[in-house]
Amino acid sequence: MTDTTTHETEIYADPTLPTIRVVREFDASPDRVFRAWTDPELVTQWMGPRDVTMQIEQWDARTGGSWRYRAVRDDLDVGFFGSFHEVRPHERLVQTFTFEGEPDGVSLDTMTFEARPGGRTRITGLSVVESMEIRDAIIASGMEVGVVEGYQKLDELLAEQS
Amino acid sequence: MPQDPLSRAFAALADPTRRDIVARLAAGDAGVGELAAPYDVSVQAVSKHLKVLEEAGLVTRSREAQRRPCHLEAEVFDLMTKWIERYRREADDRFQRLDAVLAHMDADENQQQPPDDARRGEAS
Repeated sequence: MTDTTTHETEIYADPTLPTIRVVREFDASPDRVFRAWTDPELVTQWMGPRDVTMQIEQWDARTGGSWRYRAVRDDLDVGFFGSFHEVRPHERLVQTFTFEGEPDGVSLDTMTFEARPGGRTRITGLSVVESMEIRDAIIASGMEVGVVEGYQKLDELLAEQS
Repeated sequence: MPQDPLSRAFAALADPTRRDIVARLAAGDAGVGELAAPYDVSVQAVSKHLKVLEEAGLVTRSREAQRRPCHLEAEVFDLMTKWIERYRREADDRFQRLDAVLAHMDADENQQQPPDDARRGEAS
C-alpha cells in the first residue's frame, strides 16, 4: 500500500489481569501520530475495519470531552461511545470505550506516545476491562471479520474431548 | 455452566487457581496430590477445579496409572493462542492504514505550512 516500513504489532494478554496491551512503532513523530489519533478526519481514514464506514456523530477530543460513532456496512450498523478522560497532546490519551450492544461494559483505554530515535514513535495501548472472560471475548472477537473457521475448529476439538 | 464448549473453556480459565493449575501442567503431567501441595486448599477442592478443566476439555486424566496423572491438552491452547494471532492481524491491518495516513500527512506538510498548533487535539 505504501513503501513505509511495516512494523510489528505486539499484543500481550496478561495471564492474571483482564488487560490487553498493544505495542507498535510508527515512522512519524509523536505529534503527528497523536494528531492521527485525535483529528476526526484522520481517524475515520484508518480506525475502523477496512470494509466498514466509520460515521462520527460526536467527537470532542479534549479532556472531559466525549465521542460517539457508528460502524456501518451493508449488513451492519453498530454504535460505540465513550469519553476523553485525558487528552495530553503528543503524550497520552485516556478514553473509555463502550459498545452499544453491551451498554454495561466499558473498557478503559490508555494510549501513550513515546518519541523514538529517528523521528519515530512508539505507542503503547493498555485496555482494562471488568473480567478475564470479557477480555478473552474481546480478543476472540478479532475473529468477527469472517473468521469463524478458527472458532469452529476449536469447538470441534473441545467437543471431541468432552 | 455454559453449554457451548468455547464458553466452557473460557469459564474454566476465568478462575486464578485453575489458571495456575494449567500453568503447572504445562511443565508436565502431575497427580492431584502434587497439584494440591502448594495451595492452602484441600485435595478435594483441587479435584473440583480439575473436574471443571476436564469438562472444558482442557485437561485429561489417564485411566491407567494408579495416581491418574493429569495431562494438559496443549492443542487446545495452541488454538487459543491463534485467536490472539487473529486479533493481532486485525490490529496490524488498522495500523498499516495508519502508516499510510501518516505518510500522507508528511507529504501534505511538505507542501503546506506546518499545521496550526492550536488546532491539534481539539477537533470539531
